Amino acid sequence: MAFVAVTVLGAGVAVWAGVRQASIALVESSRSQQVSTLVSQITAAAPSVGYPLTQQSMDQLRVAAGPDALVVVDDRESGDGLLADGSEAVPQRLRKAVRGGSGRVSTQRVEIDGSPWLLIGTPVMLTDPTGARKSSGVEVYVARDLSGVEEDVKALVRSAAGAALLVLPFAVVIAVLAARSVLRPVGRLRTTARRLADGDLAARSAPMGSDELAQLTHTVNDMAASLQETMAELTRMEDDARRFAADVSHELRTPLTTLTATVEVLHDALAQGTSGPVEDDVRESAQLAVLETRRLVRLVEEVIEIARLDAGTADVRREPTDLTAVVHGCLRARGWEDEVEVTGSPVTVWADRRRLDLVVANLVGNGLRHGRAPVRVALSATADEAVMSVSDNGDGVPADVLPHVFARFYKGDPARTRTPGSGLGLAIAEENARLHGGTITAANAPDGGAVFTLRLPAASEEEG
Amino acid sequence: MPDLLLIEDDAMVRRGLQLALQRHGHVVVGAETGEIGLETFADRNPDLVVLDLMLPGIDGFEVCRRIRRSSQVPIIMLTARGDDFDVVTGLEAGADDYVVKPIQPTVLDARIRAVLRRAVGEHDGVRVHGGLRIDTDSLMVTVEGAEVSLTPTELRLLLVLSRSPGRVFSRQQLLEQVWEQGYLGDSRLVDNGVMRLRTKIERDPASPRYVQTARGFGYRFGPV
Repeated sequence: MAFVAVTVLGAGVAVWAGVRQASIALVESSRSQQVSTLVSQITAAAPSVGYPLTQQSMDQLRVAAGPDALVVVDDRESGDGLLADGSEAVPQRLRKAVRGGSGRVSTQRVEIDGSPWLLIGTPVMLTDPTGARKSSGVEVYVARDLSGVEEDVKALVRSAAGAALLVLPFAVVIAVLAARSVLRPVGRLRTTARRLADGDLAARSAPMGSDELAQLTHTVNDMAASLQETMAELTRMEDDARRFAADVSHELRTPLTTLTATVEVLHDALAQGTSGPVEDDVRESAQLAVLETRRLVRLVEEVIEIARLDAGTADVRREPTDLTAVVHGCLRARGWEDEVEVTGSPVTVWADRRRLDLVVANLVGNGLRHGRAPVRVALSATADEAVMSVSDNGDGVPADVLPHVFARFYKGDPARTRTPGSGLGLAIAEENARLHGGTITAANAPDGGAVFTLRLPAASEEEG
Repeated sequence: MPDLLLIEDDAMVRRGLQLALQRHGHVVVGAETGEIGLETFADRNPDLVVLDLMLPGIDGFEVCRRIRRSSQVPIIMLTARGDDFDVVTGLEAGADDYVVKPIQPTVLDARIRAVLRRAVGEHDGVRVHGGLRIDTDSLMVTVEGAEVSLTPTELRLLLVLSRSPGRVFSRQQLLEQVWEQGYLGDSRLVDNGVMRLRTKIERDPASPRYVQTARGFGYRFGPV
């Protein structure tokens, strides 16, 4: 818009300057015409005037100069019309110019009774037989009406203004068109840059013409293309890595099925002692095989689950779910009821019960493994959210580990004894909370012990 | 001694599950492809089929459909993926339940026993609801006089629901009473079971008369 305003303003200034130039020329030509007429009239009359001038010859010279004329010689005057009052009617400045000037014609524009007049004054010069010019002491003044010229100028301004008004809409249209052709590519480039900044790497700008702007557009497009290519490559590599992890895990399921089935047979057989007396180390080996197979199974399940969450293919079946019931069900299903205290009122959330169970199991399981019993689960709800905090009786999470507790396979200290957790439990819990539009935060209680807090949006939000 | 048919293409898995299930008291016959499985099924007429979904040749879904054309035998799907698409497709093909590999044999055994128990109903005589007649002794169900053959799961679902006409059962309650699954059971088993039951006993499954949906809560029988 500023561009349009500048364009129209520029056109206006040009028109105004043109009109002014024309007016000045008009006034100037009128002035020089009047001057040359006067000079030729005086020149024609001067030889027939006798010197020194009598009152009669002064009148004669005055008549020759035309109407509204005044002839001054020393202190004698002969005036007519507007200048009948004599030199009183002639401004001092003009008289001085005529008297002091070296025989030049002087003019002055004056306002008389509201109309413009041009006063012309000239000394009458005498040329002696040697060719030298000298002042005769005679001054001639005439007044010439300028209102005609003024009218012409006004008419010129009027017609210019009229023309300008007529042309203005066209000027605006042309300005707008020009603005578009210049500003639109800039605007488009800006939009493209913004989309690129927002992460839409497919954004491009169509270059128009072959000016600097088009070159810039080409450059921006090239930059975006190479950026997109690099990002695509990175994404592909990341996807490959994830898919590999998921594929490996899937492939592991088949042998793990055999392993799970057969170690159980071994374990049962040894436990029941149906194959006769068994040495302790054999029995212990079978027990270890069962436990480690289960751990391996769990790890594989969690890697697959993480891959599913990463790929965004995790299936979420939401329904109104009583969080308290999920907590109790989770504890019962895992035989943790004696080690966990549950407090708080029933809380209903809009959630996938099985995923919520996973979150509860991971948080409580984490508290039981790393802290000390009893683990406390406290439930509460506000109008906006449901809150479940899981706190344990342990020493809390070391300050340097706290920011990383949700990281996958994070080992705070490589030398620390490995815990039976997979290293994925909290990451999975956090992803699941996020899947429900919620969060999990980790902190330490003032009196020691870790506190994990799950926040989920209130049920009413999405139920309808 | 329940006679089980295990259709599984991986020899190690087949042998491992066979060993474990035999230890739990089942007679297990293995088949390595869908085609061999269907032949064995025709020959032995087993009490239950444990069916792997990923099979060379005709896959598990197709095997399931073909078995269902002639038989109401309980079928438990064995899926390595646990993907939701597989589960839903398998249930729609007519499976009664599913387990995800790797499965603990004790859990698989419990599922097998639960499915087999479904045939056992309550013996309180004949229930008549409109055109639906349920004989709880002979376990015969007729609609408008025509006998319909239900799988054990479908029959047990119908028995549980029709025992208390008008009462709303939550999916969780039905999972516990029909599938004998606890707190972590998959409610899609219930939805799919209801759907298959409706196609067999309802004149218009889209606007059911006997097994009605209590929106947001679960299902109820009638009242007719």
